[in-house]
Amino acid sequence: MLGFIIQRFLQAVGVMAVMSVIVFCGVYAIGNPIDIVIPPEATEEIRQEAIRRLGLDRPLYEQYLIFLGNLLQGDLGRSFVYNIPVLELIGGRLPATLELVLISVISATVAGVTLGIYAGYRPDSWVAKTIMAVSVLGFSVPSFWVGLILILTFAVNLGWLPAGGRGDTVQIWGVEWSFPTVNGFSHIILPAINLALFKLAMMIRLARAGTREIMLTDTIKFARAAGLSEGTILRRHLLKLISIPIITVFGLELGSTLAFAVVTETIFSWPGVGKLIIDSIGVLDRPVMVAYLILVAFLFVTINFVIDLVFALIDPRVRHGASS
Amino acid sequence: MSGQSTPIGLFWAEFCENKIAVFALIIVVLMILLALFASIISPQNPYDLANLSLMDSRRPPGFVGSGGYTHVLGTDPQGRDLLSAIFYGLRISIQIGLAAGFVSLTIGTTLGILAAYVGGRIEALIMRLVDLQLSFPAILLALVIVALLGQGKAQLIGALVAAQYAYFARTAYGAAKAERGKDYIEAAVATPLSTRLVILRHLLPNCTPPLIVVATVQIANSISLEATLSFLGLGLPVTEPSLGMLISNGFPYMMSGRYWISVYPGVALIILIVAINIVGDQVRDQFNPRLRR
Repeated sequence: MLGFIIQRFLQAVGVMAVMSVIVFCGVYAIGNPIDIVIPPEATEEIRQEAIRRLGLDRPLYEQYLIFLGNLLQGDLGRSFVYNIPVLELIGGRLPATLELVLISVISATVAGVTLGIYAGYRPDSWVAKTIMAVSVLGFSVPSFWVGLILILTFAVNLGWLPAGGRGDTVQIWGVEWSFPTVNGFSHIILPAINLALFKLAMMIRLARAGTREIMLTDTIKFARAAGLSEGTILRRHLLKLISIPIITVFGLELGSTLAFAVVTETIFSWPGVGKLIIDSIGVLDRPVMVAYLILVAFLFVTINFVIDLVFALIDPRVRHGASS
Repeated sequence: MSGQSTPIGLFWAEFCENKIAVFALIIVVLMILLALFASIISPQNPYDLANLSLMDSRRPPGFVGSGGYTHVLGTDPQGRDLLSAIFYGLRISIQIGLAAGFVSLTIGTTLGILAAYVGGRIEALIMRLVDLQLSFPAILLALVIVALLGQGKAQLIGALVAAQYAYFARTAYGAAKAERGKDYIEAAVATPLSTRLVILRHLLPNCTPPLIVVATVQIANSISLEATLSFLGLGLPVTEPSLGMLISNGFPYMMSGRYWISVYPGVALIILIVAINIVGDQVRDQFNPRLRR
């Protein structure tokens, strides 16, 4: 088992190293940020000074080694545009993204599992068919389009909810949060629904498939024979039995929702990390792009590593297959 | 009906039993025709700037413009007739979806079958890479690649391919791995046929059904992904708007109630994507032996 962990860990480190080279070279191959950072009326002297200060006059491999050295010390560089450390910049935007992602993933899971269990429990009712139709739409309709329709309906035509921004925030432990205030929460609702829709569709399908399978098993027959009410059976036995795939997907989806937030944040001008990266691509703010990509890659490599370990714990064939 | 006894005839007859799928297929064909004949049926050439008048911009549906004809779906901020722009937009969206789909199909299938056939280190290397990529969200990958390569049709297709080939590789690998162990392949290997011919004539044809299913779904996904990238401002240049670009152009005007600029191209996009998905679902069900009666 230890050998397996070490092998996978080394693989993860290797992937991260390759990713850092690809990301760095890729990002540094595009455009010339100097034209954007420095006003066109600047003198040649100022230009040269800026190029030297940003380290852009050195050869690419030297820039990479400097970057790598700094990275290992937890320094991801300074934003060209905001001129503050990138980690500080991303860290400042992270709470906005986190609260949006957590609220939408949690509500998608709660609503999706409830609807999915119902659809699996009474698969032939018209309610179940409606639920499944909604889940098909949630899968195939592009999420940015749903966002537009939400804005058009609830913000422009009905005027019930705001169309963008974070609204009022309160400080908890020195970080700004929107959800505790009424105004802030009203700003979260639309983007959260937008982001949640795809996960909702997925959770409905998972829960429905699980329910249909479990309802036919002896466990449920015995529970019924024991005289338990249907509600108790669903809550106490069924929910427990279908929860394993749902928890797995919940974890996996948390990561990909962070990435999907790029689209939702752009539509609703939500000042999170996703909006930051789109803006940074627009102005060629290289350090921010590199840092964001490295952090996302790190997140996914870590998730994969953990999943590998969990699978190896559950299924001995995985670890034996790897060592042989 | 004639030809019912051939496999394709049987397949078609079974397909026709699902009315919704047939309807969806008709819609897909119709949309492809609209895209093909866009230049004949549209009232206006939306790419010809001489045709456009800023006087006509952002007019509601039913407005009679300076061209003398009615703008059935209104006009966009550049004064384009939206109906014409949607026809031309369909053309670009379908083109990109098909191109990205076929290139990913080719690359992915080659890698998947290679991994399954050769095995060993190459198998481990390819599949590890593919699995890693599958865990990474496609939208983010495409976003980064477009940002790196810059704007343009070829770059966009490249980004879509990079984001999607892994699905084909996984599917082809799964199918080829299962077929590889069967006796007929062993028999073919024992004959003096070259490896290339064994793969092309014997292995590949037996791996196609699942690949067709993935291809339909991925073409719909490419179209959707392209629209999303265009919406984020990372797609094609504004002069030749795809459906996503049209939606994006109309977004700023939505707040002032000029809904049609974004809504109608979006409706066209969704009808296209949902129709392709329904057709794909039906084909998948027909290929799935577990659902066979």
